[in-house]
Amino acid sequence: MKIYDGKFIIAGLVAFIGLATFPIWSNIGKASPLPEPKLDTPAIQQMEQKQCVLTRDEMRTGHMRLLDEWRIEVVRNGGRIYTATDGKIYEMSLQNECMRCHSNKTRFCDACHSYVGLPNSTPYCWTCHIAPREKD
Amino acid sequence: MEASRRKFLRIGGACALGLGALGISDALAGSSEERETKRAEALSAARWGMAIDMKKCWENGKPGCIECILACHACHNVPDIGNRKEEIKWLWTEKYENAFPGQLSGLEPPAFRERPFLVLCNHCANAPCARVCPTRATFKRADGITMIDYHRCIGCRYCMAACPYGARSFNFKEPREHIKTELNRAFPTRERGVVENCNFCEERLGAGKVPACVEACEKQNCGAMVFGDLEDPGSKVRKLLAAHFSIRRKPELGTEPGVYYIIQGAHYA
Ligand code: HEC
Ligand code: HEC
Ligand code: HEC
Repeated sequence: MKIYDGKFIIAGLVAFIGLATFPIWSNIGKASPLPEPKLDTPAIQQMEQKQCVLTRDEMRTGHMRLLDEWRIEVVRNGGRIYTATDGKIYEMSLQNECMRCHSNKTRFCDACHSYVGLPNSTPYCWTCHIAPREKD
Repeated sequence: MEASRRKFLRIGGACALGLGALGISDALAGSSEERETKRAEALSAARWGMAIDMKKCWENGKPGCIECILACHACHNVPDIGNRKEEIKWLWTEKYENAFPGQLSGLEPPAFRERPFLVLCNHCANAPCARVCPTRATFKRADGITMIDYHRCIGCRYCMAACPYGARSFNFKEPREHIKTELNRAFPTRERGVVENCNFCEERLGAGKVPACVEACEKQNCGAMVFGDLEDPGSKVRKLLAAHFSIRRKPELGTEPGVYYIIQGAHYA
């Protein structure tokens, strides 16, 4: 069988496949290191029992749902206090409670979020909520 | 299969029972403990409202006093844009003819017409802004506060068109760059593209504090602003309103404003 202009078509196909798979092969061998969210803030260091609002696993996979629940409860229902399953009391506030302990936003929240490809400005919360002051 | 119809019904019945039981267990779980609650010290009311005695404001306050406005705008990180078209305001002043256009005879004492009247969101019982909001970002809380859920605001400005009091402002610019007061780091700012208005200091009420404007006014020993429950006949506002003649802004529109202006007989000549 003869392909008219075969060499152009084959060359074009090779170039196309190369380009289309560029993201895959250009990343081979340089997977970005796993994020290490830092838990070394003064507030957390003072804690006897290093414990978040929920268990670590629940926080890791569900913190965005907890935040969503909190903001609906505060803004729409006027609640302010959250009693965790272990009986501990928290103020339902992103900037006044989460960030009181996790005062190292860039090395905690952002560390994970940039790894999963959320740009640093998203979650877009920080255009309104005031991020904690950080030294560096 | 022989008994397939009977079997099918039996299984169907069991499933329906199971689903029903789910609902019951949900209800039980919900009622057994409240995970989200108010603070013990939170102030509450059936309907929050305010009475402003303008005579006291003019006579007891220092000349040109706007302490209430400064306190409000500082504690809520309200920007000072510096031009009238794009300004953001929660509490501001207006001349009588603009605040009470339907109640203008033209024969009022001229001095009275020159005086500043304090105006803010009226937290109307029939709030037109809440009615038109397509995302329910603006809504009425159970305690009568007209609230904006900034997380839902898409900046369409229907509410601004609906509000007969001009009590809502749109963020044409990134507000953070224009905050001239010291940032209150406990309260969020807003961002470009959302509408904002007075929230009757719901965040302070939730912490057991009266609104910032009322507190500032009390600090000036002026006592012109009184805040309280409009549905409680024993509250300070209700007693004040029962003892003095008062007017509201544009009552003819049927919005039922929650901010009352006490008019005391006085000579302004
Ligand atoms: C009282 C201090 C405190 C508060 C308040 C707090 N955290 Fe934590 N958080 C911690 C500690 C301590 C850990 C580590 C827990 C562990 O190792 O078991 C943690 C862990 C986490 C993790 C998991 C990190 C990882 O490496 O897997 C996330 C995500 C998180 N917190 C988010 C939040 C958010 C969101 C809020 C607000 C809703 C919040 N935290 C409020 C102290 C706090
Ligand atoms: C252990 C890693 C990790 C840490 C630490 C972490 N996050 Fe996340 N966060 C994630 C992941 C993963 C997602 C989901 C991203 C997605 O769905 O695309 C996410 C999503 C979110 C979202 C929802 C974003 C959206 O657009 O839907 C919010 C809000 C959020 N995180 C807030 C925080 C805050 C605040 C902190 C710091 C107190 C924090 N996170 C710390 C991993 C983390
Ligand atoms: C347009 C501005 C804006 C944006 C964007 C925004 N918020 Fe908010 N948020 C507010 C305001 C205003 C309040 C009301 C604060 C109050 O009443 O104390 C609030 C309240 C909350 C509350 C409860 C009270 C508190 O102090 O935290 C939570 C939780 C919350 N927001 C989470 C989020 C999260 C998570 C995001 C990002 C996904 C976000 N918000 C984005 C303006 C914003």
